[in-house]
Amino acid sequence: METVPKPGSNVPPKKDRLQAKKKKPRRYWEQETTGTAAGASPGPPHKRKRSRELRPQKPKRNDTSKKFRISKKPRELKSPGPQRTFSGAQDPFAGPAPVSVEVVRKYCRIDKSKELPHAKTKTRSRLAVAEAQEEETSVRAARSELLLAEEPGFLEGEDGEDTAKIRQADIVEAVDIASAAKHFDLNLRQFGPYRLNYSRTGRHLAFGGRRGHVAALDWVTKKLMCEINVMEAVRDIRFLHSEALLAVAQNRWLHIYDNQGIELHCVRRCDRVTRLEFLPFHFLLATASETGFLTYLDVSVGKIVAALNARAGRLSVMTQNPYNAVIHLGHSNGTVSLWSPAMKEPLVKILCHRGGVRAVAVDSTGMHMATSGLDHQLKLFDLRGTFQPLSTRTLPQGAGHLAFSQRGLLAAGMGDVVNIWAGQGKASPPSLEQPYLTHRLSGHVHGLQFCPYEDVLGVGHSGGITSMLVPGAAEPNFDGLESNPYRSRKQRQEWEVKALLEKVPAELICLDPRALAEVDVISLEQAKKERAERLGYDPDTRAPFQPKPKQKGRSSTASLVKRKRKVMDQEHRDKVRQSLEQQPQKQEKAKPTGARPSALDRFVR
Amino acid sequence: MKVKMLSRNPDHYVRETKLDLHRVPRNYDPTLHPFEVPREYIRALNATKLERVFAKPFLASLDGHRDGVNCLAKNPKSLATVLSGACDGEVKIWNLTKRKCIRTIQAHEGFVRGICTRFCGTSFFTVGDDKTVKQWKMDGPSCGEEEEPLHTILGKTVYTGIDHHWREAVFATCGQQVDIWDEQRTNPICSMTWGFDSISSVKFNPIETFLLGSCASDRNIVLYDMRQATPLKKVILDMRTNTICWNPMEAFIFTAANEDYNLYTFDMRALDTPVMVHMDHVSAVLDVDYSPTGREFVSASFDKSIRIFPVDKSRSREVYHTKRMQHVICVKWTADSKYIMSGSDEMNIRLWKANASEKLGVLTSREKAATDYNQKLKEKFQHHPHIKRISRHRHLPKSIYSQIQEQRIMKEARRRKELNRIKHSKPGSVQMVSEKKKHIVAVVK
Repeated sequence: METVPKPGSNVPPKKDRLQAKKKKPRRYWEQETTGTAAGASPGPPHKRKRSRELRPQKPKRNDTSKKFRISKKPRELKSPGPQRTFSGAQDPFAGPAPVSVEVVRKYCRIDKSKELPHAKTKTRSRLAVAEAQEEETSVRAARSELLLAEEPGFLEGEDGEDTAKIRQADIVEAVDIASAAKHFDLNLRQFGPYRLNYSRTGRHLAFGGRRGHVAALDWVTKKLMCEINVMEAVRDIRFLHSEALLAVAQNRWLHIYDNQGIELHCVRRCDRVTRLEFLPFHFLLATASETGFLTYLDVSVGKIVAALNARAGRLSVMTQNPYNAVIHLGHSNGTVSLWSPAMKEPLVKILCHRGGVRAVAVDSTGMHMATSGLDHQLKLFDLRGTFQPLSTRTLPQGAGHLAFSQRGLLAAGMGDVVNIWAGQGKASPPSLEQPYLTHRLSGHVHGLQFCPYEDVLGVGHSGGITSMLVPGAAEPNFDGLESNPYRSRKQRQEWEVKALLEKVPAELICLDPRALAEVDVISLEQAKKERAERLGYDPDTRAPFQPKPKQKGRSSTASLVKRKRKVMDQEHRDKVRQSLEQQPQKQEKAKPTGARPSALDRFVR
Repeated sequence: MKVKMLSRNPDHYVRETKLDLHRVPRNYDPTLHPFEVPREYIRALNATKLERVFAKPFLASLDGHRDGVNCLAKNPKSLATVLSGACDGEVKIWNLTKRKCIRTIQAHEGFVRGICTRFCGTSFFTVGDDKTVKQWKMDGPSCGEEEEPLHTILGKTVYTGIDHHWREAVFATCGQQVDIWDEQRTNPICSMTWGFDSISSVKFNPIETFLLGSCASDRNIVLYDMRQATPLKKVILDMRTNTICWNPMEAFIFTAANEDYNLYTFDMRALDTPVMVHMDHVSAVLDVDYSPTGREFVSASFDKSIRIFPVDKSRSREVYHTKRMQHVICVKWTADSKYIMSGSDEMNIRLWKANASEKLGVLTSREKAATDYNQKLKEKFQHHPHIKRISRHRHLPKSIYSQIQEQRIMKEARRRKELNRIKHSKPGSVQMVSEKKKHIVAVVK
């Protein structure tokens, strides 16, 4: 039997001990090339063990320069080498396994750059403990990445081959049978251009045609759930929190159907709706109407939470920011406005294009927004405070529909062509130079959505529905408690109850969803001021220095005054020194950069 | 062209048979868990509401006494046994699991003033108005035997309190003076006095076992060392202290229950400023007892309620009252720190939970995990105004509620007056005195 050497428990036999001392066993990822030699030699087990120990060694700690052990105790950092035990055996993997800093940063929740107001020692120590705990959790979460089962998909061209030239048929031919089955076309020419929507687990697909055709199906098994004709124009279609409920924006009113196609509600207060968005954690259905109103409908209690007049005419471009549930509306004057139900006015207005905005999309991290306008431009905006464009590209036709995938791919529908751009990773913006994939459809694009947790892009067009294969689009590892594509009915019901219990109130929608967990400095200062007013004095101010009485005649009035003056002068000097330290920075800026001083310098301000 | 599509094998995600557990793969990526903070906040809010819904602290009432319960004692060796002495001289021993009285002794004529158990749990001492100290066996007399004390000491003056040493066969009584007795002798080893007044309670320090504290009706708290013949030091407060209790975890900390509605936690080494002033009662505080963890204590008051204070907070975290409970005279925190017992004027001993919403009995591991998680969430969001309001809200009887309002007005008036006095006198001549220093008259060594 081949065994892993355990620290202290089993000492290697004498013959091997010498070798064991010289050669350190390696982690399995450090060397991959020699694995074939060991694997290819079929022999008795003891021989295999020997051959493993005789492997050539790589230089010590070759790739550990990038990684380091994040741990609270500094002494563990100092002694990373093998440690000796009483039995003389060495622990080859002493200490905690290394975690890379980048991975830890991904899970890190606290922003250490923010300065906290001055606090009492007790509070400060409590904050320090909380911070240490947060760090510990992020390290643990980073360690658990080892347990993730699936790898994301990819598509690479061989030596300079352009991936955009690869056709869907090539991909279907190259991939396995189960993946190839995910590519399909529904030819539905009769009922006009289609809008479509995937459920949150990515398991179900609903689509509605302009001429009233509404259908929902389990697209993986291709099992049809319902198919009806509502005999009215269908403008948009959305699943509500689960696949059992379906909201359809019809010509006149908003209707809600269940998964058998039975009409449950007709919401007459939402009329002439053009676009629908569902905020799953708030149970809010946001509707944008032709009349210029943005209406939030709470689907758990059936009440309208807010009806906001955008005062920008017909609303036909809407998307949600999945990071903070803020609704982005695109207007015909080229602006994009950000809305929350708690405010009557837009949170932000961004001028994005000359001419109207045709499409808006926001990625899952909430960092980037893609917009396209009538000026045929596609722009990527930074949403973290600056709202500045990161990159711009002019497209020959201009994109009418945009969608972001879970891993940050951007799809744009231009006429009957779909282009997809990819970036470096999940958090980086897609680079707009070279498309990753292109595909031509049989009709004009009318709706686009990436399927969650599947490498699939659903396109609704005038000729029906197309399910495109886009390798590397989706998050490979889902979280079973959040949205599980393989959940049973019982699990779904349980999840529904839990989700309803922790429904986030609409008032909490704001630009920074973490604001609740941060110190509210403004109201803290206000409370302090009010307390000082109420008490008549500020309890936090330091009492003026009072010299201690001394003995043997050293407590005379003169000496008391002298000691007092000494402390006062010291404080004054400190204050002056502090202000001096701040001043020279200002002066340096004002000085001209030229080498020789000029007589005209005196006029420089 | 190299291509790989995301293709999951459903067998890895679906359970094999109906008897298996569902497979739940986890991914802790923050982008898959949006709105983490608002959702946690809502969970914390729900947990806080549920805590208030399940807050049912009253467990049982032990009735049987024929007069007000004057003193309580725990058995150090048995969690289920409790002793109580009443105003008619009767001592009862109770079994808490059965919630029944298991033995009744007519111990004294007049009040039973004090009761304490020996550290070994085999016998207990009582003092009464009939100027006697009696030692009794914890186990009842065998069949045919008469109920008699092991020893009886006849004293010259009335004894008002008694406490036993935590390790040795020595006990202390108080009355006109503090007497320290050897169990084997009928005369005190030493008697200590400081001033001439009746001493209401004496307590041994559970850690530094030679130290004693006592409080007298001339408003002072006196500390003694048993090895010395004279008292150590004393602190004089505004009003009289009824009882003191030592912190079982920190040797130098004790809490005094005062007549001026407050409790004062003192550090023995610096008596001139109390560590904390605990204010919430609206009438004289009659008794105080620490939890065995030393983090909290419970106080009984004349205002017909008991309150639980954290040691480092000036406001109480909990108030217990019932319609029928009258002035609470004595209170004890049980040794497993889960329950509180209170003895009151209307002849009942009441048993309460120390954590009002705690579920009693065995918890499954999932229940345990859920309560731990909720506890942590409540802690995390405790300062949010909405959650704070819900968790702090307590229903109070009208008498207490109106008293609180009244005293708030009085306090505000006093403060305003003080401010005016500062404003209209020469700057610096009248100082603001902090609440902690206000009630200390003097420290004498």
